[in-house]
Amino acid sequence: MTTHSHDQDPGANEVTGQPGTFVTRPFAAFGRKVISWVDHMGAAAIFLAKACIMIFRPKQIPGIIQQIYYIGAKSITIIMLVGFFTGMVLGLQSYHALVKFGAQGALGTLVALSLVRELGPVLTAIMITARAGSAMTAEIGIQRISEQIDALDTMRIDPLKFLISPRIAASIISFPLLTALFDLIGILGGFLSGVVLLGVNAGTYFHRVQSSVEMQDVTDGFIKSLVFAVIVTTVCCYQGYFTHMRTDSYGAKGVSLSTTSAVVLSCVLILVADYVVTSFLI
Amino acid sequence: METPLIEFRDVTKRFGSRTILDQVNLKIYEGQVSTIIGKSGTGKSVLLKHIIGLLSPDEGSVLFRGNPIATLKKSEWDAYRVQVSYMFQNNALFDSMTVYDNVALPLQQTMNLSKSEIKHRVMARIEQTELTEVVYKYPSELSGGMQKRVALSRALVTDPTIVLFDEPTTGQDPIRKNAILAMIAEYQRKLGFTAILISHEIPDVFFISNRILALYDGQIVFQGTPEELDEFQHPFKDEVIQSLEGFQEELTGLYSQRHFKVRYQADLSRKRRDDTYAIALFTLVIRAMGAYIDKHFGAVGGFSTRHSINEFVTVLPYSDLDEAGRILEDFAKDFQDRGIRDLESVARKETDSAECIDFTILAGLAQGKPFVEMESIIEFAKFRQEEIARVQCELRR
Repeated sequence: MTTHSHDQDPGANEVTGQPGTFVTRPFAAFGRKVISWVDHMGAAAIFLAKACIMIFRPKQIPGIIQQIYYIGAKSITIIMLVGFFTGMVLGLQSYHALVKFGAQGALGTLVALSLVRELGPVLTAIMITARAGSAMTAEIGIQRISEQIDALDTMRIDPLKFLISPRIAASIISFPLLTALFDLIGILGGFLSGVVLLGVNAGTYFHRVQSSVEMQDVTDGFIKSLVFAVIVTTVCCYQGYFTHMRTDSYGAKGVSLSTTSAVVLSCVLILVADYVVTSFLI
Repeated sequence: METPLIEFRDVTKRFGSRTILDQVNLKIYEGQVSTIIGKSGTGKSVLLKHIIGLLSPDEGSVLFRGNPIATLKKSEWDAYRVQVSYMFQNNALFDSMTVYDNVALPLQQTMNLSKSEIKHRVMARIEQTELTEVVYKYPSELSGGMQKRVALSRALVTDPTIVLFDEPTTGQDPIRKNAILAMIAEYQRKLGFTAILISHEIPDVFFISNRILALYDGQIVFQGTPEELDEFQHPFKDEVIQSLEGFQEELTGLYSQRHFKVRYQADLSRKRRDDTYAIALFTLVIRAMGAYIDKHFGAVGGFSTRHSINEFVTVLPYSDLDEAGRILEDFAKDFQDRGIRDLESVARKETDSAECIDFTILAGLAQGKPFVEMESIIEFAKFRQEEIARVQCELRR
């Protein structure tokens, strides 16, 4: 695989072979790693910025619709399933905790706020990462190693515009909608376990849901899901797009490692970003 | 002096510590077919990717009509890129798109054409490349040869003026190889584009090339016509051309032109001035015919080569005209009885076509003396050519 002049390895600024003692070498290695990470983050930021600008170029609508179908519509089933059982187990655990304080009436509040503020956006993002994010990395990675991306270049089609921008736009649209669906189904799951199975009053449950969840909670949840959408799509597309720059392996093995890295990194970044965003919103 | 369409001036390209191109200088002229030859892994594809801007040189410059492409303004660069098309070695087709979508993609994405105009242009290319029956299939459902033709259609659909072909015949059977080279030559004549090929099909590719560029050890060691390459003396010739031609020789039973000349001089130099020898000239060359010629004439010390695109010449250094005539009669009978049938069955298998083509094979014999120019004896043999085998479709039905 050849190296492209316009696709220089974003993390290639590592300085190797430096002299040093056994005391300084670990620090040097750590420093190189940090510099590499900073390089990658900078490259990913530029990658994201360019792709976002390209969203508003002509002829993007069909590609975006296609990606909404793939990232959004085809994830509905898994999101509903995970949301439902998350709500159920949340209802079950919360009920047994609240009963100790005689506060089982607050079950609706606990389930709804947990889902809307925290679990909905986070678990939705993780599920989409597993289902669509991994596929994005693998697909783009294979397109890279089979020279399909080079072919786009030769045809004067900007690969960022053609491959990345529709995915980012579709994720920004799909993540909040799927999060809303997750929240709704999760509240129904909590209802099933708390009300139908454990005997909490149905009116109390829904009254608590309605009275405790404010518009600010919903908005905060959506803000998180938008942040996660950008993180997941950027990480997954970036890993696939630069799969040929990997130095640890090549070809199909490189694609598989890129896919693994994309999923692991996305999940970690979702949790890190969740804390950071929450600390700003609270 | 004509300004080259594309010129490399001292272009150097390194990947890490490896220097792939080392001060390469070359010139590509407009409207010509230029073929880059060289050993695998010597940087031919890297060289081609510099032309389309997929790679840029570490040192030196690539010029388009005398202007360095690195200094072109965006509008000039876009105008240049519109003219250039690239056919990848491994086709680089989009495997999640149908044949139609693959060919239509550059039109849909880069031009403001109506759907009907796109369809018209795409279908025209698809028909020209005989892909009509697979238009809505995916690349993975097609044979390697068909995928190659899809890639060719995609490369030509935008009507480019410069087309870069990266090993367009790789992985093709001998008949398809010649068909693809013929197709490139035909389109080049018809559409008038400048073709730049990378190919290992030596000597076949010489027939369609105006210029040959030899890449050896990271440098262009030869650029000129195929005829000039014959006179070129360089280790490249021994390592690349002769090994490839030697391989062809094993496959077809024919000598390369160079080996033929060497053997001709070696055999004829041993003869006395009053000795004679015979030459047979066959017209309408079918690749597999070489094996039959070798079978009959090789047994009596004869050796053969391709004389032109539709002629084989066989030298019989130890036979006079009478003996050559008898061998030719045996050859004609054997070829009429079995050779034509073999060729037809191979052709049908390779092309999936039941179509029959009328053809006639001519052969002529002449006798010469060692000190007489071989070409004049060949001319005489040509003058005496008669029909020795024929396929008439009407009679075979």
